[in-house]
Amino acid sequence: MIAEAGLAALWLAAGLAAFQFILMIGALRSEVGLVRPMRSVAVVQGVLTIIAFAMLLLVFATTDLSVALVYENSHSAKPFIYKVAGTWGNHEGSMLLWVTILAAAGAWLAIFSKRTSERTLVAALGSQATLALGFYAFLLIASNPFARLNPAAPEGQGLNPLLQDPGLAFHPPTLYVGYVGLSIAFSLAVGALLTNQVDNKLAQAMRPWVLGAWIFLTLGITAGSYWAYYELGWGGWWFWDPVENASLMPWLAATALLHSINVLAARGALKAWTMMLAVIAFSMSMVGTFLVRSGVLTSVHAFAIDPERGTFLLALLAIYVGAAFILFALRGAMLKEGAPFELVSRETGLVINNLLLSVILVIVFVGTLYPLFVEALSGEKLSVGAPYFNSVAGPLALILAVLVGIGPLLAWRRDKRPLFKQLTIPALLGVTALVITFIVVPSMAILPRLGLMVATYLAGAAILPLIGRNPLRAPLATWGMVVAHFGIAVSLCGMAMNAAFTEERLGIARPGDRLNVGPWTVEFADVTPTAGKNWTALEGKLRATRGQGLVILKPQTRFYSDPPTTTNEAAIETFWNGQLYTVIGKSDENGGWQLRLWWKPFVTLIWAGGALIALGGALALAGRLWRLRRRRRQAEDWRQERYA
Amino acid sequence: MKPKNQRLVLVSAAIVAVLIAVLLAMWGLRDKASYFYTPADLAAAKADDHKSIRLGGMVERGSLKRDPDGVTVRFNVTDGKALTAVTYRGILPDLFREGSGVVAEGRVTSMGYVGNGKVWPSGRLFTADTILAKHDERYMPPELGNLAAEHKAGKTLEK
Repeated sequence: MIAEAGLAALWLAAGLAAFQFILMIGALRSEVGLVRPMRSVAVVQGVLTIIAFAMLLLVFATTDLSVALVYENSHSAKPFIYKVAGTWGNHEGSMLLWVTILAAAGAWLAIFSKRTSERTLVAALGSQATLALGFYAFLLIASNPFARLNPAAPEGQGLNPLLQDPGLAFHPPTLYVGYVGLSIAFSLAVGALLTNQVDNKLAQAMRPWVLGAWIFLTLGITAGSYWAYYELGWGGWWFWDPVENASLMPWLAATALLHSINVLAARGALKAWTMMLAVIAFSMSMVGTFLVRSGVLTSVHAFAIDPERGTFLLALLAIYVGAAFILFALRGAMLKEGAPFELVSRETGLVINNLLLSVILVIVFVGTLYPLFVEALSGEKLSVGAPYFNSVAGPLALILAVLVGIGPLLAWRRDKRPLFKQLTIPALLGVTALVITFIVVPSMAILPRLGLMVATYLAGAAILPLIGRNPLRAPLATWGMVVAHFGIAVSLCGMAMNAAFTEERLGIARPGDRLNVGPWTVEFADVTPTAGKNWTALEGKLRATRGQGLVILKPQTRFYSDPPTTTNEAAIETFWNGQLYTVIGKSDENGGWQLRLWWKPFVTLIWAGGALIALGGALALAGRLWRLRRRRRQAEDWRQERYA
Repeated sequence: MKPKNQRLVLVSAAIVAVLIAVLLAMWGLRDKASYFYTPADLAAAKADDHKSIRLGGMVERGSLKRDPDGVTVRFNVTDGKALTAVTYRGILPDLFREGSGVVAEGRVTSMGYVGNGKVWPSGRLFTADTILAKHDERYMPPELGNLAAEHKAGKTLEK
């Protein structure tokens, strides 16, 4: 019954979404204020979808094997957390999570939106419901998560062991909140274009959504990178895999939007530009969903190999993106530009930021989709990998990082102060770092070397907006910017250090043998069998020491029976100045075991920087919301005083 | 600047940026375009020596050998038309199996290799830096569409 209840809720939600679409058309064609029915229907639609998702959670939590999806992706002997997280560890479940967040975001907007004009809000909620409608149709027609299996299976097929990791519980939902949070920016832009009300008020209403989505995207990408790093056992943190690019592209667009929306909110300028970016950001989310969920690429995440679904998703993508672009073409040209600005100004800085981010976005986009196009056109199969992305996007990212230090120092509208005086110290820091790399490591590759230089410079330049004023009295939004920009420097430093200084040791060892890697001496003690709830393993014991102190690492080779799979579980030990990363391989006839050891100096800075960037976003969001609340309170007090 | 001119400048800047991006991407792709090779391609000497490429195919059954150092392995990759000898120093991914699909990143390093008293048919040796096979057991490199189908057919026959 639970599955049927979920399916019924989904159908009802789809019906309501269709009704919202009609409401929107009605509201746009007349002067009738339909905001109240629109708000209530949006809330009910959101609640119904949440109910549907809760029902799916329930059948997974109880391992109801009469549901086909549970049979295909779960197993009764799986730890409880993976039963629950397994709900979204498959195609149908993750699409349901996607649309649940979409509908819930719509409901949230309906309840809490206070600053958008009523007509724009009605149009935006209608647009949000129209988006949801397509994905409801996709679920109900092409990938029903609640399909029954008759007769029920005695046991499930289990979940891919690579996914049986705490990362699964956290990474996809975070990323999805980010992806789908951008849908509100999209809908608000579409709504404002429909009603011709693109102004700084709209930007102020849109900004918290963009910030929120961007924070979650940043966290999701950072967590995903760390997950791949420790779970895949290659010691790499970014593979330029199409699935990773699928999350990077919306992030790049959202980062550009995040910056341009400030121009619109503060100065009323860059109207058309910002609306375009709002449309592109969510379009990139949909492109990402298409890439991952259509089976068009085969990789870790893409389990679905089904042309029907791919075509359906592609059609949705074409309809939504196409409609939004046509709307933009019709209405964008009519937008009046706001306050003008001079060539040297904060606005110009942000435009350059946007242009560079867009160029990087196009490069990633082309590199990710090029193989698909070539294959579709000529049947020739090829792959584009790290050499392309690093050599083409890498230098641009470094240039952008240099400019990140300069932009925040510029004044709005027109800047006449000499900038370079302030930047002297950061620039000197960067040059010093460069000189040191030449002295210490003459044979470093060029990109890491420049990376270290730029990171050092940016670490200094990023905090300049707080210098020369009382930092405690600076607005939270300024703090957020400083923290996020400093995070870029930290992350960049980690990437460069990892690329330049990682030491690797590969060897075969018998118990008692020692291997050296970096400053470490690692003694291979023994191998013992061990077991978990649904796996058995051979566990190596390594004693690592550098001078004093002893660290024990226990890498494993795990065997899962449902489905039958072997995985390597790396053992990683974190120190203040790096990570010791160990993997155990196979044994040979003479009792030797393959060991792969890495010493990765300061690799953790990569993710620490990512966390700082997200924290910066959170500070800025908190500052904005706090200020809004205070302003609203003041308005209320004023009103009460007046009528008292 | 007048608002109208300002918009003109902005629009042209955006167009120029996108053009630059596309040009950069095309420049970047010009020699990466041919990045993926099959043993038949290598046998026909389509890839230059020492160029970083990807090799894809099936691991030939019975060809996997380990060197005395314990961490260097040698195996043959086949696409049904030709064989390429591969050497790899490292821990093989869990899903690497004889008779399964594999994609290796590396380069063609030398002509001819004599192992176990025989010369490898393709006469070329591929030195892999990375073996990409660590996906679920249903994984098949997308570049190997047809081979994957054949492999599936073979699998059902075995059953």
